[in-house]
Amino acid sequence: MSNADFASLSNTAITFAGVVYFVALLAHLVEWSRLRAVVPAEAGAGDPVRSEGDLLVATGGPAEDNPKVAFWARLGVVLTAMAALIHLVGVVCRGLGADPVRVPWGNMYEFTITASLVVVVLYLALHRKLQLAWLGPVLVGFVWVVLLAAVRILYVPVAPLMPSLQSPWLVIHVFAAILATGAFTLAGLASIIYLIKESRVRKDKVRPGGYLDRVPSLPALDRVAYRVTAFAFPVWTFGVLIAGPIWAENAWGRYWGWDPKEVWSFITWVVFAAYLHARATRGWKGRHAAILCLVGLVTLWFNFVGINYVFGDTSQHSYALEVVATVSLAVTS
Amino acid sequence: MSSKAPERTYDPDAPATPPPGLGPRELARWAWRQLTSMRTALLLLLLLAVAAVPGSLIPQDDVDSFAAIRYRDEHPRLAPVFDALGLFNVYSSPWFSAIYLLLMASLIGCILPRTRVYWRALRARPPRAPRNLARMPVSASHEVVPDDPAADPAAVLERAAAELRSQRYRVEHVPGEYVSAERGYLREAGNLVFHLAVLVVLVGVAAGSLFGYKGGAIIVTGKGFSNVLTQYDDFVPGAFFDPDDLAPYSFTVDDFDVDFILEGEQRGLPRDFTAHVRYRNAPGDEPTDYDLAVNHPLRLDGGDVYLVGHGYAPHITVRDGDGEIAYSGPTVFLPEDASFRSFGVVKVPFAEPEQIGLEGFFYPTFAMVDGDPMTVYPDAANPLLSMLVYTGDLGLSEGSQSVYALEKAGLDQVTDDDGKPLRIDLSPGQVTDLPDGLGSVEFTGLSRWVKVQTAHTPGTFVALGGVVLALLGLMLSLFIRPRRVWVRVREVTGQQADGGTAGEGRRRTLVEVAGLDRSGSSDDPGELAVAVDDLARSLAGTRVEENQ
Repeated sequence: MSNADFASLSNTAITFAGVVYFVALLAHLVEWSRLRAVVPAEAGAGDPVRSEGDLLVATGGPAEDNPKVAFWARLGVVLTAMAALIHLVGVVCRGLGADPVRVPWGNMYEFTITASLVVVVLYLALHRKLQLAWLGPVLVGFVWVVLLAAVRILYVPVAPLMPSLQSPWLVIHVFAAILATGAFTLAGLASIIYLIKESRVRKDKVRPGGYLDRVPSLPALDRVAYRVTAFAFPVWTFGVLIAGPIWAENAWGRYWGWDPKEVWSFITWVVFAAYLHARATRGWKGRHAAILCLVGLVTLWFNFVGINYVFGDTSQHSYALEVVATVSLAVTS
Repeated sequence: MSSKAPERTYDPDAPATPPPGLGPRELARWAWRQLTSMRTALLLLLLLAVAAVPGSLIPQDDVDSFAAIRYRDEHPRLAPVFDALGLFNVYSSPWFSAIYLLLMASLIGCILPRTRVYWRALRARPPRAPRNLARMPVSASHEVVPDDPAADPAAVLERAAAELRSQRYRVEHVPGEYVSAERGYLREAGNLVFHLAVLVVLVGVAAGSLFGYKGGAIIVTGKGFSNVLTQYDDFVPGAFFDPDDLAPYSFTVDDFDVDFILEGEQRGLPRDFTAHVRYRNAPGDEPTDYDLAVNHPLRLDGGDVYLVGHGYAPHITVRDGDGEIAYSGPTVFLPEDASFRSFGVVKVPFAEPEQIGLEGFFYPTFAMVDGDPMTVYPDAANPLLSMLVYTGDLGLSEGSQSVYALEKAGLDQVTDDDGKPLRIDLSPGQVTDLPDGLGSVEFTGLSRWVKVQTAHTPGTFVALGGVVLALLGLMLSLFIRPRRVWVRVREVTGQQADGGTAGEGRRRTLVEVAGLDRSGSSDDPGELAVAVDDLARSLAGTRVEENQ
């Protein structure tokens, strides 16, 4: 196969993965809609004593035993795994489609398709360990939207890497950034669900058998956000504060230059450091911690989306266009 | 809880309202306590994040001085205010420095006492077991299998101590009473290392910015560069750097290769560019060849050289009204964008009868598209110079001015016969006469230039070592889970309140195990509960039974 064949195979695979993610999303939606139908009826008939308040702590309940619901849930996960596999083919072929062959992390489109794949893989890998079944519909929907945006807005044809990106540090630095971005995003999703559930619980408005009733308890959600963040933070530290500066020193002659991208990745680092610090020393948990986690996630995504569009021409990290030598005004006497 | 727990002697969050009537010493101590409290540290950390934001929104002098100058021109009313607030130099401004210096002070004030506490904790034995283990957050109790020869309480405790030691706990065994064990000391060590390493990073970065320098120079191919101040176009020394200390290296740029992408969406973008240089570390050395490229810097003794940009330098010869060569040589034109349409200026102060100034564009591959002159490709396939002509006083006697701009106050624009501004368009080898006997301009040839950045940054490896150390410490402090485990063995008689149903009056042996997670960041308590229960089962010898 030629490079061009791989490139077009990559496009086909990404499109196809998007379709399968969408079908997986449908499966999860069927799962949850069945739950809505089944559980309140059973709860109402079988256990009239239970008031709404009591049900707030009940997770799952009879729904787990419903074979139809379980079937749709499993189907959703299997479809997600299939989509991830096709997604992987798309990412790999993207790299094989370039001449010379390279890692597919040279621009925003490639970064986005890889980061979204990392999110899915982390979700599938931790599915059992952290019991993430509840995350299915939200995560698949999120990935589907992100992939759609990547294809519709960010897509650029395969091209060789510009000279500044031709370095082994591309693999190390960008992969660490992608991995951490995926993990922080997962933690952020858990924090969002935490905040929604927390506010509904406070107002006594969690519908029995509904989605929020089925997601894990508040402490468990809090713990998922913390553990994934605790994994992502050292990866981010390595990618942004070790690999990044080493590469920057090599390419630009300074290891830290307060370039807008560097500023914002520093801000992200500081916010998540504050998050971990607040948890460890001030005993922050729950709502405050979730908000701080989301602030960190917003700075992270602003860094990714914002820097390329808002600061396009001033950042050395802007890869929409090769940065032309900006020669400062030389003064002569 | 045990009153002997050493970590309780230092409580950074103890209520800190200043009692009335404090003397200056007490007041200072109170302020220090405030500064080193965890709440202040957290606040300073978040403040640091917020304070970093403006530096990404407003162009910074140190990052992109050109953009900063342009911003000042475009916002004449805002600029003085921003200047006063240091917003063009956020990261070296007093207020930004104040935040991180306070943070460092807070950090030192925090790690010093903690190191002391940790040092004591390291040498201390695990604390004595609480009397009632069942009241601990995580506990389990199992009845020792009767008739087990190992059911003797002393033997059970012995096995508990051995088992916990094999799980790398530090174990305190008080025979006949309890076993107390603790592990995870490295968490706090990692914590301290992390904080210490942040200071190391700061020292390394400070060394680089105080004792180092950064400079930039444009070198036309075929020409050389010696590392002395006069050869730099821009030079930013650290506060304590003496330009006399510049390392005596030199190099010549023999040739420059650039390879553009010929097709596809990114047509016209460079695929690769390389400068072939010959360098000497000291004047007497043999020259060595080197391919200087992006991501392939030249490391010299006492400084590094980086290729950061390139462009065109048309050779222009200007003859004055007397026919004398008044100006000749490659002239650096600065690229305006990725198309490499470049802007440049020629100043001819020694032309007779009048000084001549030229300014205009260089098109590497000239073409008229819809009536507009432009370059359709960045490589030099059809080079064209297109310049406007000025005459009069170049203003060079009145202090410094940019070599890349004409000072037009004392200049008149030269016009053609129709009274329109005269524009001279030249291809290589072409020459054109200027009106009014001013002379002639010739485009004799074309060179390329490279922009190099040189830097010397002492302390780089200190900073790098610091970050690596910080990462190691961070991982220890995140992933090590300190916990305490206690084991007691009790002999009870008869039916117990906890639901024991063995025959009345029979003596039974109960193994009680309790655990305490001390990581303080809400890690999964389930794991500890499982570990505690497993230990209790295995000590009681009931594991086999459970598995059946």
